[in-house]
Amino acid sequence: MREMMLIIIGAVLVNNIVLSQFLGICPFLGVSKKLKSALGMGMAVTFVMTLASALTWLIQRYVLEKMQIEYLQTIAFILVIASLVQFVEMVIRKTSPDLYKSLGVYLPLITTNCAVLGVAIINIQKSYTFAQTLTNSIANALGFTLALILFAGIRERLEDANVPKCFEGMPIALITAALMSIAFLGFTGLQ
Amino acid sequence: MNLGKEFSKGILSENPLFRLTLGMCPSLAITTSVFNGLGMGIAFTVVLLASNIVISLLRKIIPDSIRIPCYIVIIATFVTMIEMLMHAFTPELFESLGIFIPLIVVNCIILGRAEAFANKNSLAPSIMDALGMGLGYTLALLVVSTFREILGAGTFLGYAIFGQSALIMILPPGAFITLGCVLAFLNKIQNRTKHSVNS
Repeated sequence: MREMMLIIIGAVLVNNIVLSQFLGICPFLGVSKKLKSALGMGMAVTFVMTLASALTWLIQRYVLEKMQIEYLQTIAFILVIASLVQFVEMVIRKTSPDLYKSLGVYLPLITTNCAVLGVAIINIQKSYTFAQTLTNSIANALGFTLALILFAGIRERLEDANVPKCFEGMPIALITAALMSIAFLGFTGLQ
Repeated sequence: MNLGKEFSKGILSENPLFRLTLGMCPSLAITTSVFNGLGMGIAFTVVLLASNIVISLLRKIIPDSIRIPCYIVIIATFVTMIEMLMHAFTPELFESLGIFIPLIVVNCIILGRAEAFANKNSLAPSIMDALGMGLGYTLALLVVSTFREILGAGTFLGYAIFGQSALIMILPPGAFITLGCVLAFLNKIQNRTKHSVNS
């Protein structure tokens, strides 16, 4: 149990996936202009990341390692993630149009979200058990959502701020992210 | 078709990192030293060149409806190859780039060039496009990593320059600060040239 708590705190606060591991920067900068869309993206990523990590862990353990073709890991994982995203999109569209409306637009973007593939590979590299893999991916997804929502909240206010002309748009967003990252460095002591 | 123009657009006017702000994750994560930046840039260019060549050659064979999965498989194949090569010949670089080598697969620039350029153009322009984009990205990584290594570690390519250093530039916040300032500086230059053209 203690170990699980360590994984969760480590993934959400200490080694935050966006602010200290630099995975999933594209949606972090792209979908963070409005609080509402940040929440939607966060939910979509949580959903896909958990499913993808579980699936890739099973494939690594029972297919790639059994057949001794671990070198196909990158190809196998990206294909699994891409088809999983397509599948999830189709299922959600059929079963729950409401959920599709809120998550649907973000799903295609997730295939090229390096956070999903990144977490899947990290789980294998750290040789986590299945339970640890699930914990780690949910925690990382929560960390992603947390960073995204905090960032969106700041950016909504930034709209009204008086920013030097050359810093408008992307540069000020990056500087804001740097300040958030400094704040998150303060959690280092927790581990 | 102007081959020189296909080559040069990736370096300045459509620089993938500075102009299109694509491929942010590796450019923030691995630019802690110039050597890493250079290694990443070369690996990236090789993958982009190989995938652009293959996709350009196969562009009439790949059915339109399943083109994205096809591109992903092609790109992933080359990424696996470069991963194994780096593991064998440059183990140190392999260690320090770590997870970001397999993650070249999801670098949006490569899929973006496949979709936007290689599947519409013949072999020669696709090669020039890949070389230009690859060089542009490598140069961008070099700029960011030069600032970070000199300020954060006080060295350049391992040679000592300053006795003291600001550790924060090597830590994650330094990546955001450096890229933010570089982009702002480029905006400033662009605004000024636009201004002088207008007046």
